[in-house]
Amino acid sequence: MKNVKVLGSGCAKCHATVDLVKQAAADLGVAIELEKVEDMAAIVGYGVMSTPAVVVDGKVVHAGGVPDKAKIAGWLA
Amino acid sequence: MNEADSRLARWLLGLAIIVPAWVLIYGHLTEFADAMISLFGLTRENRLGEAVHFFFYDTPKVLLLLTAVVFAMGIIHTFVSPERTRAVLSGRRLGLGNVLAASLGIVTPFCSCSAVPLFIGFLSAGVPLGVTFSFLISAPMVNEVALALLFGMFGWKVAVLYLFLGLLVAIVAGMVIGHLKMEPHLEDWVRAIQAGSAAPVDHASMPWAERFAAGWAHVKEIVGKVWPYVLAGIALGAGIHGYVPEDFMASFMGRDVWWAVPAAVALGVPMYSNAAGIIPVVEALIGKGAALGTVLAFMMSVIALSAPEMIILRKALKPRLIATFAGVVATGILIVGYVFNAVL
Repeated sequence: MKNVKVLGSGCAKCHATVDLVKQAAADLGVAIELEKVEDMAAIVGYGVMSTPAVVVDGKVVHAGGVPDKAKIAGWLA
Repeated sequence: MNEADSRLARWLLGLAIIVPAWVLIYGHLTEFADAMISLFGLTRENRLGEAVHFFFYDTPKVLLLLTAVVFAMGIIHTFVSPERTRAVLSGRRLGLGNVLAASLGIVTPFCSCSAVPLFIGFLSAGVPLGVTFSFLISAPMVNEVALALLFGMFGWKVAVLYLFLGLLVAIVAGMVIGHLKMEPHLEDWVRAIQAGSAAPVDHASMPWAERFAAGWAHVKEIVGKVWPYVLAGIALGAGIHGYVPEDFMASFMGRDVWWAVPAAVALGVPMYSNAAGIIPVVEALIGKGAALGTVLAFMMSVIALSAPEMIILRKALKPRLIATFAGVVATGILIVGYVFNAVL
């Protein structure tokens, strides 16, 4: 099971990203472990400077905006 | 033809139609506004007609300019990521570093909601505090929305002047903060942090179709967000334009009123608006005799010294550093206001 983390401290775009990831996982029928990381020190620890960012299995795959659905599907597949 | 090529072809075809259409419409705005008021049975002889004309002239003009500039900036953003900017600024010394930081602040994608991770990301990668501040001041203040609106409403001279003075404030304020050696006034957890150096997104190989798509996404995001402010601002501006007597503003926002500039800056701090809402009002005020320097100082203060951004930054900065930041930037804006009023 893939571990997906959405990094971002409570901005509207971060919520949108979480929802999109959930939806993409449901559409694909894959089970994922979804976490929201809001702690600033943890976010910076990933080397991310613009939120929302997405981390899949410990690797930063996206930063600085709401990712589009096709991209998310690519990470989860 | 593969899929990527056909997507690019569609973008190019679309642009080949839209760009000339844009130019054509932009060249006939006065005719459009004239047609609109005669449709309502009004003439520019009376106040209502003048106000309505102002509204129908400025609204399409501002929205057209905004769309074009924001689209272009969305494409530029695909070339300049914060990670790349950080790599350029890392290890730079005060001086040249501040100039670079302020300039990159214009083109680097920035949202005040990620001001803190960006701030810390810069510091931990060896960007000096003063240089980081130059970036942080310039990024929100000298933005494409402000420049597009200033260009549309006051012409290119005022837009260029705003660009240079905004950069100057950001550069000098950053250098002052750098020389004050404020590092101990960062919050402790910030100084302890070791940022990861993962470079997540590589935009270098992005195909052009995706860059155009990013430009369009930027338009939907920015123009979609600011258009109600633009309309409200222009409507208010139209009201002022039609109904407030000439030279009404000269008495308390004119250039001879020495306290007008500090009052404008102080008034701007608690206000939180974006350039889109404030500039149409500014145009109308100037039309009624307000001095340009006073009004620009007000605008810079509203955009660069917003209370919400300070609250976000408070997570990483101790109060003395926040106060220094606000004080230095406010002083810079004051000087800009006075210089503008004296020169123009």
